[in-house]
Amino acid sequence: MKPILEVERVRKTFGGVVANNDITLEVPEGKIVGLIGPNGSGKTTLFNSIVGYHVIDGGSVRFDGREISELRVPRIARRGLLRTFQQTRIYGKMTCLENMLISVPQRDQTWLSILRKPPAADESKAEDLLEFVGLYAKRRLLAGELSFGQQKLLEFGMALMNEPRMLLLDEPTAGINPTLINGLMHRLRRVNEELAITLFVIEHNMSVIMSLAEYIYCLAHGELLAQGRPDEIQADQRVIDAYLGAH
Amino acid sequence: MPPTASRLLLIGLVVLALAAPWLAPAYRTQISFLWVMIIFALTWDILGGQMGYNSFGNVVFFGVGMYGCAVIQRDTGLDYYPALCLGMTAGAALAVTLAAVLGSGLLGLRGHYFAIATLGLGFAAGEFASGWDFIGAGSGMVTPLYPGEVGDRESFFYFLLLALTVVTFFVLRRLYSGRFGLAINAIRDDEDKAEAMGIRTTLYKTTAWCVSAFFLGVTGAAVGNLIGFIDPRDVAFAGPTFGVWMVLMAILGGKGTLWGPVLGATVFHITQELFWTYLLGWQRVALGLVILAIVLFFPLGILGWARERWPERFGHAVEERPATGEGAS
Repeated sequence: MKPILEVERVRKTFGGVVANNDITLEVPEGKIVGLIGPNGSGKTTLFNSIVGYHVIDGGSVRFDGREISELRVPRIARRGLLRTFQQTRIYGKMTCLENMLISVPQRDQTWLSILRKPPAADESKAEDLLEFVGLYAKRRLLAGELSFGQQKLLEFGMALMNEPRMLLLDEPTAGINPTLINGLMHRLRRVNEELAITLFVIEHNMSVIMSLAEYIYCLAHGELLAQGRPDEIQADQRVIDAYLGAH
Repeated sequence: MPPTASRLLLIGLVVLALAAPWLAPAYRTQISFLWVMIIFALTWDILGGQMGYNSFGNVVFFGVGMYGCAVIQRDTGLDYYPALCLGMTAGAALAVTLAAVLGSGLLGLRGHYFAIATLGLGFAAGEFASGWDFIGAGSGMVTPLYPGEVGDRESFFYFLLLALTVVTFFVLRRLYSGRFGLAINAIRDDEDKAEAMGIRTTLYKTTAWCVSAFFLGVTGAAVGNLIGFIDPRDVAFAGPTFGVWMVLMAILGGKGTLWGPVLGATVFHITQELFWTYLLGWQRVALGLVILAIVLFFPLGILGWARERWPERFGHAVEERPATGEGAS
């Protein structure tokens, strides 16, 4: 299958710290791929490099066959490559419904369309997606008043509202009640299968990522340490050492 | 508030405002300035309340509109009304252009940096106008005489400013209820997130400032003619008074709401007029104490405080889907 995202020899340094060194990986269209590694191994930096949050020092990033490493965040987002944040970012002083309504795709928005009212179709779609993530009843509450786990679900719903082709999820299950994790995984799979959204997921919860992803990349000290199917990664001695050695 | 009640309230207020010159003819000019104050607070709140960019330089657009109009009135040689009409249009156009140019540079700054940069803007404009002979330098400009009986001028500008206030209010209400309002609220709450979602933040921010500049420019043009004399530092670019009051009134009423600035401007203006009447000599001290009280006891403003106290009345409540409860947790 054709890769939708191709990262080639990406390098990013902060002063003397090499956060990403020669990272090469690819994500095939329509799949769920995982990214693991000990704390500080450069996973979030790699996400930031991909979505244009900072300028990379070398290498190339191609999305859907086109180079995007020179583009800034909003342009990349409008092409359909979206990310969620590890710390969870929602619009706290707006209601959940408003959070959803402003998350519509921005591709075709022109200067005139910004003066219009959101069409009724947006609203019903927003309500359906809020129901999908389990927040329908809270749609008129301010998003800042939700619990952390609910904010994560809202952020996930907002990402879906944007109709991306690919989603980069930074630790989607962190901070979520263990009993809700299964529900979230179920939703991630449905999004992947029914909406055909490619997922690239950073995850610390090994049982989650091993059952979710079809292919996994492992980073350590800013470099690509190992890659393979979940069972291969689990058996890889270098991965085990990296995790045990880091703590 | 149910929609019919709020509509009745609006109609009632407009009728009251239309009748006011006959009900209280002695206070016509004071009430005209109340309309100006409401426009100040409403336009400041676009950036300061709804978008989270505290601007201390909005008074610049007011002054630019005022001078732009006066220059047209002086130099075109047209009759009074055509000149005023053209002048107001030109003043507004000048203010909007300035907002677009300044915005492309300054709106890249965030938080305190933006506030400080705009603070410098107000001072610079006043100094600049005081030194430019074309617009009368330090001795200011005199606007043309109103062609009519004594007292007609006050009535004319009363209704002109009232109309401007009503238009400003409804245009903003329309903008806030659409994508524009949602987008600038999103920028206020988390600009990085808004960018990550693909929102064209620069476009929205600049547009917001241009809308603000437009209404301030038109108002400036009218106020210059109402007062009849334009002083660069005390009338046009009056940072320490108008420039600061804009911020205070919006915060007092509740920034980030539509009615907050209206309420704040009304309370502030009445309080201030009372201080001038009954506490002459101490009016600045009293005003300072009021400001202190606002910040200490109503940091969210009157409406902000009410919303925090009774969130359900503002529609922030849990609401289950009536027929099916599926999926909700």
